[in-house]
Amino acid sequence: MDQIVDPSISIKHLDLSFGVVNVLKDLNLDVAKGEFLVLLGSSGCGKSTLLNCIAGLLDITDGQIHIGGRNVTWAEPAERGIGMVFQSYALYPQMTVEGNLTFGLRNARVPKEHIREKVAKAAKTLQIEPLLKRKPAALSGGQRQRVAIGRALVRDVDVFLFDEPLSNLDAKLRADLRVEIKQLHQTLGNTMIYVTHDQIEAMTLADRIAIMRGGKILQLDSPNEIYNRPSCKYVAEFIGSPTMNFFEGTVSGRTFACPQGAFSIDGYPSQGDIAPGSAWLGIRPEHIATGPDAADMPIRLTCDVELVEPLGSDTLVRVTAHCQQLWVRMDGQAQALPGSQLAIGFQPSLINLFDKTTEARL
Amino acid sequence: MTEVSHMHLDGPRGKKPKKRLSPTNIMIYSTLFVVAAYYLLPLYVMVATSLKGMPEVRLGNIFSPPVDVTFDPWVKAWAEACTGINCEGLSRGFWNSVRITVPSVIASIAIASVNGYALANWRFKGADVFFTILIFGAFIPYQVMIYPMVILLRELGLYGSLWGLVLVHSVFGMPILTLLFRNYFTSLPEELFKAARVDGAGFWRIYLQIMLPMSLPIFVVAMILQVTGIWNDFLFGVIFTKPEFYPMTVQLNNIVNAVQGVKEYNVNMAATLLTGLVPLTIYFISGKLFVRGIAAGAVKG
Ligand SMILES: Nc1ncnc2c1ncn2[C@@H]1O[C@H](COP(=O)(O)OP(=O)(O)OP(=O)(O)O)[C@@H](O)[C@H]1O
Ligand SMILES: [Mg+2]
Repeated sequence: MDQIVDPSISIKHLDLSFGVVNVLKDLNLDVAKGEFLVLLGSSGCGKSTLLNCIAGLLDITDGQIHIGGRNVTWAEPAERGIGMVFQSYALYPQMTVEGNLTFGLRNARVPKEHIREKVAKAAKTLQIEPLLKRKPAALSGGQRQRVAIGRALVRDVDVFLFDEPLSNLDAKLRADLRVEIKQLHQTLGNTMIYVTHDQIEAMTLADRIAIMRGGKILQLDSPNEIYNRPSCKYVAEFIGSPTMNFFEGTVSGRTFACPQGAFSIDGYPSQGDIAPGSAWLGIRPEHIATGPDAADMPIRLTCDVELVEPLGSDTLVRVTAHCQQLWVRMDGQAQALPGSQLAIGFQPSLINLFDKTTEARL
Repeated sequence: MTEVSHMHLDGPRGKKPKKRLSPTNIMIYSTLFVVAAYYLLPLYVMVATSLKGMPEVRLGNIFSPPVDVTFDPWVKAWAEACTGINCEGLSRGFWNSVRITVPSVIASIAIASVNGYALANWRFKGADVFFTILIFGAFIPYQVMIYPMVILLRELGLYGSLWGLVLVHSVFGMPILTLLFRNYFTSLPEELFKAARVDGAGFWRIYLQIMLPMSLPIFVVAMILQVTGIWNDFLFGVIFTKPEFYPMTVQLNNIVNAVQGVKEYNVNMAATLLTGLVPLTIYFISGKLFVRGIAAGAVKG
């Protein structure tokens, strides 16, 4: 990977433990200026912990944190040039929206006219002008989260930290605010770090995604790269819904042999030769062709349809091929009946091969 | 079709009727009645007796209502009843109690709330040890600490003074109040505290501007606890003060247990009621405030 010159945030050998529990282990991360980085991972993998370390809300055990070229390892949260947005909004309940927006500025003793100017600008950007005199209790969830974003906005910080800002909202509002956050990022050009466990948010918002597991970053790449070339089986399973289908077998030369048959892997984009041995072959449901298209594919199978889930835009079908369950994504207009037979096929160029023991990409 | 739907409407419809005299209701109301009578009867006797003159009291019928209503016993209890040599009634004890209770309540709540806030939100080194000691302190019987406390006050030159007693009350209220405040502050969302820190607020600013306005209910609870506790205290009042600073409870005891002269039951009852009036008022006033505090503090989401 290319070295990032002059990173906005640079985390070096970060360790954090609560007592005997090591939550973050020797974590290194560089975030470029103006980059939108998403931290993605299952619950309890240390995403919030990492974000709190960057914000200075947790005392780290070892390592360094640099923000904007400054070593802020021991700096107070307010001195780090960061703004933070929380899942539960964390608005001060007894202050009005305006009070909430100006609290940080008043603490920093910013002159009054300056404050008014900044609040007006932020309120305009976020379209919360009519709400300024209200208390948080009188706002809807979406409005509250907008105010919370505004609180970071007025402080003119270089770095925005979001900790699952949309997970308390309903699906429609989440989609709307997601677009707004993306737009905000494009207008402001700030560095943003965004924690989520929603893949769609991650894929749509991120310049780069960091997939975390057990306090470590497994893969740090563009959404495209993570989707198409996951570096290990965990990442492959984590991204995509329904999840990737796996065949268990052995690779030797240019073929993959499994109980379902011997597949040619000519065309699989590997670095160098693949050493023979046990392996997983993964293929995404949306990369499986069905019906007449399947006939042209180098790898072909005939399966029994078990279950059909019509989603409107497309149809998910669960099939079995020699005791192996597979999910297939078909066109929304496609017809499939449980109990019928379905011909499927796929390209070797779209498969993913992982070592059986290390689970690393081959 | 229409006939069919009519048939459906014949059965139970709308709000389910409630039976007034179900066995459950009878059980509930009779229990409540017995419990209420158990507490109200003595109160009735006291009020009735305190409104009777001595001749009526001597008839010995404690449940009969006063025939000749008189407020003389109340006046006497407040201003004229004798304890030993001085005959100022309860009034001096009342003002002593006020002068003891007000500073003790303010000091103990102020200190304990800051303690609780620090323990809940600022995980300083040794916080756990401190907290353990505190909990332990809450369960040590007071009697164990009386003698050391006497020596301590003597060394400080506060023994026998009002301020000595104020100090004692503040110290002894500390463990349980700190516990109360710590638990309340831990129950407030942690992200609020984090947001305030990101906004550049320090220890005192977060306490004063974020935490305090959200904690009215717990302050009222602490106040009820402390006012009634300190006002009703007898033991510390006797031990740590001189007769001229005796709180109301001690003085009440001295009036009721005075050996010389006839027992004036009506005056004793009036004195007792007067002494109990303050905690009672606190309950009535702050009970309302308490409910309002909870309602005001409730922020959904
Ligand atoms: N104060 C604490 N004391 C001890 N362990 C903690 C503490 N806070 C977090 N942990 C542990 O650290 C790990 C990481 O927690 P963290 O909150 O960072 O997870 P997360 O990735 O944000 O999860 P989620 O998606 O559920 O928010 C968890 O296993 C958690 O149990
Ligand atoms: Mg989290």
